[in-house]
Amino acid sequence: MQKRRKLGRGVAIVGAGMSKFAMFKDKDSKDLFAEAYREMLASVDKGVDPADIDALYLGNFSNDYFAHQSHWGPIISDIIGHAPKPATRTEGACASSALALREGVFAIASGFYDMVLVGGVEDMSKRTTEEVAEGLALATVPYEGRVGFTFPGVFGAVATAYFAKYGASREHLMNVTIKSHNNAPLNPKAQFPLSIRDMMNAKMESMKKKGMPSPEWKDEKAFLSDPKANPTVAWPMHLFDCCPISDGASCALLVAEEIARNFTDDPIHVVGIGQGSGRGFHASADMTYFEATRYAAQEAYGLSGLTPQDVQFSEVHDCFSIAEILHIEDLGFFKPGEGYKAVAEGATRLDGPKPINTSGGLKCKGHPVGATGTSQIYEVWTQLRGKAGKRQIPIKDLRIGGAHNLGGTGGTCTFTILERR
Amino acid sequence: MEQRPFSDTSYNQFLNEEKLMGSRCKGCGARYVPPRPICVQCHKSEMEWVEMKGNGTLAAFTCITVAPTFMVAQGYNRKNPYYSGVVDLDEGGRVDARIEGLDPAHPESVKVGMPMKVRFLHREGVEPKETYLAFEPA
Repeated sequence: MQKRRKLGRGVAIVGAGMSKFAMFKDKDSKDLFAEAYREMLASVDKGVDPADIDALYLGNFSNDYFAHQSHWGPIISDIIGHAPKPATRTEGACASSALALREGVFAIASGFYDMVLVGGVEDMSKRTTEEVAEGLALATVPYEGRVGFTFPGVFGAVATAYFAKYGASREHLMNVTIKSHNNAPLNPKAQFPLSIRDMMNAKMESMKKKGMPSPEWKDEKAFLSDPKANPTVAWPMHLFDCCPISDGASCALLVAEEIARNFTDDPIHVVGIGQGSGRGFHASADMTYFEATRYAAQEAYGLSGLTPQDVQFSEVHDCFSIAEILHIEDLGFFKPGEGYKAVAEGATRLDGPKPINTSGGLKCKGHPVGATGTSQIYEVWTQLRGKAGKRQIPIKDLRIGGAHNLGGTGGTCTFTILERR
Repeated sequence: MEQRPFSDTSYNQFLNEEKLMGSRCKGCGARYVPPRPICVQCHKSEMEWVEMKGNGTLAAFTCITVAPTFMVAQGYNRKNPYYSGVVDLDEGGRVDARIEGLDPAHPESVKVGMPMKVRFLHREGVEPKETYLAFEPA
């Protein structure tokens, strides 16, 4: 059993921003972070003097490899005019910026700082697909990478174990993909703001224009079952089960709760934070759940005094379709082996009882790995403040949302619970 | 018995010698493949080597078409995919391995739970010697 945690003092979010996520040939990490930072400043209702920011915590997984440049803390600190104040880089693979958030919360809760900028950045698209696959595989467990496992490969293996244990199939993964793609067109920051239906129609239109016979897809699942439209990446993971390669940045401004109202009448409180570590397949009792997520969730629920039922909606780390199903079980929203059925019944849709990944998720919003954690915080913050526009969750009295971030093959998992009071 | 340190280096050396080796805690008897230097059950550091027979069952698998560069260098790609998987050993414990002897054109026909036996894949033309742990249907 975990010890019950507590924070020294409360922490609230008073601003947040993110760049558009996409593959940018002409933008690097500095450009993207500056974009996110400017939006964050503009989002602070009563304004903020940037000179009051005490410290920066920046998540970045591997710009060292992707962009051949390391040591991004001070580089980003300089571009936003924050140096010589301290900047610290956090690394937890795809959960790097969730760790930045956590460090920022601790720094304020301890009383050391009053205002901290947390964020993340990643610049991946200047590499080939194979090189990115290898770069990401640096965050697998060594025994996995050595025998040829890629990230999609690891999650493909997880899917085969889940299918065998619970009787789910590829069709159930398609439900996740179709749901995420229905949310994405409502998010102006998304890399793929298109529904599966939009993409089918575009493809048929282009075939017609070229004078080629148009494929006959009776519905989205027929499209996703067509190996030409949706080729295999790592069986049973196909192209539309996988998040894309992305560039992007995101950030959030944290302050001590006692001064939050100086900046906004609508601060969002960080009420639960949790983090866990995973061990890899060779040491996992069961490959159909992530031990680190369950640990992180227990810590976050313990700190907040809340239960999975209290969390009205959540962003979860859907790097692959199967991952979303595991996470919604590990976070306690659905029982083990029941997640895929809940998705099939529409429970996780934008208008369902437990909306999941209203942003479109990593699959459609994009996954610049180091930026993902705080971009999830951005989405939950935006939803809780009722400013999500067309993708605003239609639940009355939206008060509590979650953000689940996973790094590597489950090596680092976090869960954060935010509350509007 | 062997005096080598309980490390990945030793594990890989044993693979070169076509032995699948693990460590067993002298305190509580817990068994680890690959070997661990510290028992994660009882936290003691008294270990001894144990050799695995190399029989098990397939716990999970994938057939990879988009390969990392070191696999591409060995001739694997979209047209020539390969299998990686996880095998539950008969003695207990679970290992990551390449899976040989399965048809890359039909991953849908592969079944979790299939009996497997060990095979050692020596990588061609590299120094120092490298051996992949692999399994194939028994």
